[in-house]
Amino acid sequence: MSNKKKKKLTPTQQQFHILAKAREPHRPVFWNCIRAFLVGGTISVIGQAIQLFFMTYFHFDEKTAGNPTVAVLIFLAALATGLGVYDHLGQWAGAGSAVPVTGFANAMASAAIEHRSEGYVLGVGTNMFKLAGPVIVYGVVAAFVVALVVTTIKVLGGI
Amino acid sequence: MLQRHQTWFFDKRPVILASAAVGGPFEANGALAEDFDMLHGDIWLGEDSFEKAEKKLLEQACEIAIRKGGLKKEDVQFFLCGDLMNQTISSGFAARTLGIPYLGIFGACSSSMEGLALAGLLVNSGAAENALAGTSSHNASAEKQFRYPTEYGGQKPPTAQWTVTGAGAALVGKTGAGPKVVAATIGRVVDMGISDPFNMGTAMAPAAVDTIQAHFRDTNLSPEYYDVIATGDLGKVGHHIAADLLDKHGLKIPPEILTDCGIKIYKENQPVFSGGSGCACAATVTYGHFLNRMRKGEIKRLLVIATGALLSPLSYQQSETIPCVAHAVAIESE
Repeated sequence: MSNKKKKKLTPTQQQFHILAKAREPHRPVFWNCIRAFLVGGTISVIGQAIQLFFMTYFHFDEKTAGNPTVAVLIFLAALATGLGVYDHLGQWAGAGSAVPVTGFANAMASAAIEHRSEGYVLGVGTNMFKLAGPVIVYGVVAAFVVALVVTTIKVLGGI
Repeated sequence: MLQRHQTWFFDKRPVILASAAVGGPFEANGALAEDFDMLHGDIWLGEDSFEKAEKKLLEQACEIAIRKGGLKKEDVQFFLCGDLMNQTISSGFAARTLGIPYLGIFGACSSSMEGLALAGLLVNSGAAENALAGTSSHNASAEKQFRYPTEYGGQKPPTAQWTVTGAGAALVGKTGAGPKVVAATIGRVVDMGISDPFNMGTAMAPAAVDTIQAHFRDTNLSPEYYDVIATGDLGKVGHHIAADLLDKHGLKIPPEILTDCGIKIYKENQPVFSGGSGCACAATVTYGHFLNRMRKGEIKRLLVIATGALLSPLSYQQSETIPCVAHAVAIESE
């Protein structure tokens, strides 16, 4: 909890927070990191293997193999989500399965599955980007800002 | 009737004629499986949405309770029910099926004891001959509404809790054999500034403590009077905090008496983090497990303090803290 929030609390509330904090089970941060490393790494290795596969058998080069590789990973993650496996992996791996592109696919697929009961338009269509939407919004905003900065530097003769 | 500040003492001693508990697959693998009247192997219950499945659970619990009580729907004057869904749809839709005059209530996970206290009050005051109190929750529908999609791979901290899939109902009547609803203490809303929805046990513990203290202050009883004092769904984390808070406030409750429905309902090896939660947690454990034990004569006096967190996904997103409430109902066998 931030200090700003803490200041608003009454003395009794602050006392309770101290008491509660002392009894809160600790998050296994170290093991979470190890697991995230292992699973995140494994997903990346699989991605690498798929990329090499496309380069060896389908004459893609290192740059163009990116798109089909990501597509395959997204498909696999969506399939695992539909089969009800990905959420269990997520609980075990944490950031390891959330950060790679598979986590993004899971966020979209899970929301789409969840809201199927409200129909294809108001359910799936409206809610599909419920979790993944912010990534796209702030991804685009960040890219725009970076592009502005780079262009400004170029115009000023920086690069 | 009114005893000091916030406790009702039911002098006519309304009877719990029958009670029912219905559960899902996770509860079927839990520690109290044999105390359920009906268990489902499928969280969908053959329906096409989780919300419909929850409604079905509630309908079944109510129908079983009425049947076990040897009554017909027409013999029950009022149906008091609440759940966690927006606009308490599970309760309203179940009431549509039952056709019993309906009073919707909302106390989040404290709805079970809120309903039972009000049913006791109606019967005790002569406003009803028979009243039915019910409540339900469904793990997937609650996750969908309050947190993330069920298949989303997010990591939950050890303070999180597992919403019970199930429903419980109690049929309260004027006369008959069965456990008696003796007293009820209605709780104040307590907010100790906790805002983490993955730490509900901690948020609700002070509300439980406040109501327990009020109950013993109003009734002038000592904790040893009861064989079991059970909080609704504090889980391991909240239970520990509540026990320590009670100690701090000078109310000594022996650890063998004080327990929590959220700890009891699941086995140690089930992945439920801190324990069970949801309206059905206190409802199924009380209406199934505890009342069964009372009917067998294993316990004679029971105090259940159902705890509820009165937050919504919206209030959480607007950085509000979590206001909590707890209602206590005392049940005795004779």
